[in-house]
Amino acid sequence: MNALRPLTLCLALFACSLASADEARPLAADPLTEQRLLAITSELRCLVCQNETIAASNADLANDLREQIRGMIQAGKNDDEIIDFLVMRYGDYVLYRPPVKTITLFLWGGPLLFFIMGIFGLRHYLVRRNRQITASDALSDADKRLAEALLAGDDAPTAPHPSKTPQS
Amino acid sequence: MNNKYIWILVAFALLVVLLGYGLTLNPREIPSPFIGKAAPEFSLPQLGKEATFAPADLQGKVWLLNVWASWCPSCRVEHPVLVDLAKRDVLPIVGLNYKEVRGDGALDSSKIAPEEEKQLATERAQKWLTQHGDPYALSVLDLDGRVGIDYGVYGAPETFLIDKAGVIRFKQIGPITPEALETTLLPLIAELNQ
Repeated sequence: MNALRPLTLCLALFACSLASADEARPLAADPLTEQRLLAITSELRCLVCQNETIAASNADLANDLREQIRGMIQAGKNDDEIIDFLVMRYGDYVLYRPPVKTITLFLWGGPLLFFIMGIFGLRHYLVRRNRQITASDALSDADKRLAEALLAGDDAPTAPHPSKTPQS
Repeated sequence: MNNKYIWILVAFALLVVLLGYGLTLNPREIPSPFIGKAAPEFSLPQLGKEATFAPADLQGKVWLLNVWASWCPSCRVEHPVLVDLAKRDVLPIVGLNYKEVRGDGALDSSKIAPEEEKQLATERAQKWLTQHGDPYALSVLDLDGRVGIDYGVYGAPETFLIDKAGVIRFKQIGPITPEALETTLLPLIAELNQ
C-alpha cells in the first residue's frame, strides 16, 4: 500500500491538472501568447471604457479586440504590426504613449519646458533674495561706529542702537 | 508687488479658459484616422439574400455606410433621419448590421450555434426594419464585428460618407441628428455628387 501512495498522489494531481486545464483552456492554451497579449493590450486604451486598457476592459469591443490580437499573435505578427493595425483603425487615441509629432510636441516637451522655467524662476528668486540679504545686512554708520567701539574695547554707548533688533 | 498678483490672475484666467474649452469637447468623439483614406474592403452576406456586397460594387457612386443593430437604442433615435434621407433619394445608404446577435447583452451568444446565429440575426434585423422603416438600399450582416473593427467602429451608430473613388470623406460618430444632416451631410453629399 505504501508503495502505491506516490502513484495515487500522481494520479490525483494529474486529474486535478486535467480538470483545471479544461476549465481555463482559452487562456492557458498558449501561455506565451497570453503573455504577449497582456503586454500589448496593457499599452492600449479601450475606446468604449476610455479610462481602461484593452487588457482590463470588460467592454464587448475590448473582448473582440483581444480576440483579434490573439489571432494576430498566433499568425506570427510582431508587436509593431499589431499596434499599427489598431492605430490605423482607431488613431493615436488607442495609444497610452502617444507618438512624438508636431501636435504632441508640447505634451512631450512640456515637462522639460516647465523644468527650465522653474530653474529660471528659482535663479531669479535666489538672486533677488541674495540682494535683499546683503542690502539688509549692510551696517548703518551708527552700527559701524558701535562695532568699532566694541572692538576697540571701549564701553558700549549707553543705549543699544534701536535700528538693529535681533528680529529684523 | 501688485504687478505680480496681476500676472497670477492672468495665468489663472488662461487656465480657466483652457479647461473651460476642454469641457465643451466631447470625449466620445475620437477623430477618425479614416478621413481621406480608402474605405476598407470587405465582402459580407446581404441581409435576407444569397448575394454578398463589397464596397467596390458602388465604385463611381457617393454612398453612405451606416452601422446599426436592433439592440442599439441610439440607432432607433437616428432611424427616422435615415428614413427621411432615403426619401430624398440623393444617395444609396448601405446598412452595416453590426453584431446583431453577439452585440445584444440580453442574449447569451455562446449558446447559439453559428448557423443559427445568421438565421436569428436575419430575423431580428428584418423585423426591426419592417417595424421602423427600411432606408437601406441593402444591408449586410457583420455577425462577428470584424468588418466593424476594420472600420474602427467602437459603438453603433456610426456613419461613413464614401465618395465616387471609394474614399471616406466624413464620419459621423453617434446618431445623425437632423441638424447634422442639414448643415454637414447634405451639403457635403451635394458637393461630392457634382
